[in-house]
Amino acid sequence: MKAGKLIALLLVAAAFIAGYYLGRPGEESLVITRTSTGASYSGGYDRERDDDLAAAGSEHGAATEGITHVVNDGESIMEAVKQASPGDTIQVMPGTYHETVYVDKDGISIIGVIRQGQRATMDGRGELNDAILYSGNNFVVENLLIKRYKGNAIMGQAGNNFEIRNNIIDDTGVYGVFPQLGKNGIVEHNVISGIEDAAIYVGMSDNVHVAHNEVFDSVAGIEIENSRHAIVENNYVYNNTGGVLAFITPGLPVKTTYDVIIRNNFIVDNNTPNFGAPGSTVAGIPAGTGILVMAADEVVIESNIIRNNKTAGIIITDHDNAPNVTIDPESDPSPDRVMILDNLMANNGYDTITEVKALMLTELKRGAPDIVRVGTSRDSCIINRHQYVTVGVDDWAECEITNTRDVDTYLLDEPVPPRQISLEERGKIAYLSICTGCHTYTGRMIGPPVQIIQALYMDDPEGLAEYIANPVKKRDDYPEMPPQDYLDPETRLEVAKYMLQVGN
Amino acid sequence: MLASRLVQRLLGLAGLPVAVVLALVAVDGQGDAAAERTFSLASHCPPSFELRGNGCYLVTRYQFYDSVEGRGVGGTQTSLPPHRDGFSPQQIDLGRLLFFDPLLSADNSLSCASCHQPDLGFSDGKAQSVGIGGRQLPRSAPSLWNVAFLDRFFWDARADTLEQQAEGPLFDPKEMGTTPAQLLADLGANAHYPALFGQAFPGSERIELAQVKTALVAFQSSLISLNSRYDRYAHGHHESLDEEEIAGLNVFRSFVARCAECHQPPLFTNNQIAVIGVPEPQGEPLDPGAQATFDAEKLRGGFKVPTLRNITRSAPYMHRGNFETLREAVSFYNDGRGHAVPEGEKLYLHWHIWEPDLTEREIDLIVAFLDTLTDESLTPPIPEAVPSGLNPKAGFAGNDHPRNLEDN
Repeated sequence: MKAGKLIALLLVAAAFIAGYYLGRPGEESLVITRTSTGASYSGGYDRERDDDLAAAGSEHGAATEGITHVVNDGESIMEAVKQASPGDTIQVMPGTYHETVYVDKDGISIIGVIRQGQRATMDGRGELNDAILYSGNNFVVENLLIKRYKGNAIMGQAGNNFEIRNNIIDDTGVYGVFPQLGKNGIVEHNVISGIEDAAIYVGMSDNVHVAHNEVFDSVAGIEIENSRHAIVENNYVYNNTGGVLAFITPGLPVKTTYDVIIRNNFIVDNNTPNFGAPGSTVAGIPAGTGILVMAADEVVIESNIIRNNKTAGIIITDHDNAPNVTIDPESDPSPDRVMILDNLMANNGYDTITEVKALMLTELKRGAPDIVRVGTSRDSCIINRHQYVTVGVDDWAECEITNTRDVDTYLLDEPVPPRQISLEERGKIAYLSICTGCHTYTGRMIGPPVQIIQALYMDDPEGLAEYIANPVKKRDDYPEMPPQDYLDPETRLEVAKYMLQVGN
Repeated sequence: MLASRLVQRLLGLAGLPVAVVLALVAVDGQGDAAAERTFSLASHCPPSFELRGNGCYLVTRYQFYDSVEGRGVGGTQTSLPPHRDGFSPQQIDLGRLLFFDPLLSADNSLSCASCHQPDLGFSDGKAQSVGIGGRQLPRSAPSLWNVAFLDRFFWDARADTLEQQAEGPLFDPKEMGTTPAQLLADLGANAHYPALFGQAFPGSERIELAQVKTALVAFQSSLISLNSRYDRYAHGHHESLDEEEIAGLNVFRSFVARCAECHQPPLFTNNQIAVIGVPEPQGEPLDPGAQATFDAEKLRGGFKVPTLRNITRSAPYMHRGNFETLREAVSFYNDGRGHAVPEGEKLYLHWHIWEPDLTEREIDLIVAFLDTLTDESLTPPIPEAVPSGLNPKAGFAGNDHPRNLEDN
């Protein structure tokens, strides 16, 4: 090539580049935002405005120091739980345990002992439903190896202040770790694989921290669903069908997901063919999805490494465009105020689905998409969009925030306090909710009138409390009273006191 | 247990704080008899309600707890969702009289209680309820236990309030068939109702439709069932259930069976709509359910999730009474996702409907557990007489053998 021609070419190239940067007709100049400076996200959790905590006041019942129950190989964890009182620890020695453990009391810790690499192992042998079901508050489970259950490894039902950590979970059916309807919980340092729905599924919960987990070979890695004030950070999420999900699932009693921070995760190679149960929400996730935001609001996606997810790095969709999803007249189907900050995205969307290709055509775009938005999304924003191949976000605003460093955690400084109800109040509530079913003040009902009981026991609440626990037949014309021994002794005495002073 | 409960109830009903019949005249011809009775309304709240001001407020041990987002679902120790209460004792008691009074139907043949009988779980034991003139209605009658906590009504969720709901059966030509004008005329012409409405709604000069609805809502809001053996377990007395029942509870709430995902404690419903694919009887077209309410294809075949409280009393089960027994109903879920969806139907089945593959024993355990949800301790008494003089058990099967009557 002659020098003259080369110069001409260079000139043309220079003109092209200059035209690009100086603004060709129809092209905007690049906006480059530095995340080390600028405003931090602060739209999250405000403790002062948390009605649950305000209503409960600031009194915290200090957890009593409990005792430790040691469970050896060949013994039953459940038997130990039955013996345990709030504050107690169940120490499970290495060995194999075939059982379902349910915890319907507060303040129980199940701690596996790891000795020279040998863990306390719960093995469902493919026959048992769930390994651990808890509904108590302040539940802790650590250091277990859980495998081969049909339902879930660890399922929470409305327990607050849960801590689920350092467990290895494999092939436990639908979910690995599934705290549901709880407030203030930690899921951290768990290794979870082989799950046919979500390895970690936070459902209908508030103030949750999911960190430092390794989740792989599952349909969904980590799912935040119908939950608020959740942080998903520093997790290694790979070889799933979809990596990290923030959803509103329709048809559930709790209707919102918002204020979710997904940051500093490694979300790579989530290309596993979908093996979700037919009809499940996750069965509609295209293999090769890094992050999926469906209908959830106020989701911040920041500083993740999102690589090698073949359909797209991030997909944002409303309910109307999501497969396998029904509708809910009470749930807003649109993902609003989604904030995409800097993320390292590379080699995503290299083998994307037809729907995404079609969507790209509408914007006359080609290539492998990092970010795909479909359907309505109001007030969402993105920074440094030039880094990625995108579809559906061109009209998104530039984010006013650039980082989330002001938000350390949404966990509470102190556990959610139990609702404080005075003893006196307990007596009254038990009287009205139970005793009045059989006793009226003056008239005959199933049992004798309260007035008569008052005359008999006026100065003897202890005697009445004793009778309540162990009644004997006294009157031929009345049926025998069933024992009320299901009330604890304290409550029985308070009921007796209340009953003896009630005036109508 | 149940028999003894019934005996207790029969033995002890006389003193209930309810409408007191002050003058009893035993003559044939109910209209005459009623004219000579005197009715007055209770000044005490029903059991488990506390009188504050002149309002009755529910007291339950679930007040000890909280609940995520105040929705009152899930887990053992969870507070209840917001509910209707605060009605006066007089309004509740007037509602009870109205509820059992066939005067509210066009031909005086049916009362609300005809389809919502206390001894049948406030349902009627039929796969399809029967309306005025013996007309068969399309669906079964839902239970009324704990309706105070619900915010959508009818199988297809077409009403948002109990007041709105009341208009359905009252004015549906196939159900009670009356009209607002006829209803108000009948009540106004009655010898007792104007005075009773005056007691329940002081300061009002004449009976209004809104008052009728308020009274009915007040009464229905008093139908509380929260003291079952399960509840004792939930409040911490684990001996209230035996090993089999606890095992049943654990299957019920396991994520294999997933019963508790929709039938969430403490109400054992999440008050949502679910499409589960229950077939209609042979030859009948698919009931579109909530599809019609919300004009939404995706809710085709969707119905409200019913409570399981006192479920052993309200057979047959499902919106069309498809299953005679609880075991059949549980087995339906176990037979697999969509197994009974008619050919050519595209239903968006709820994601919790799957292939749980429960063993026969696990199905038995669930059924055993469901019996622990039985608590009829707060069943209100059926009035011995209602102001119209009509039979307060009109439409009841076997009503020649009245039980659960006042002063019995």
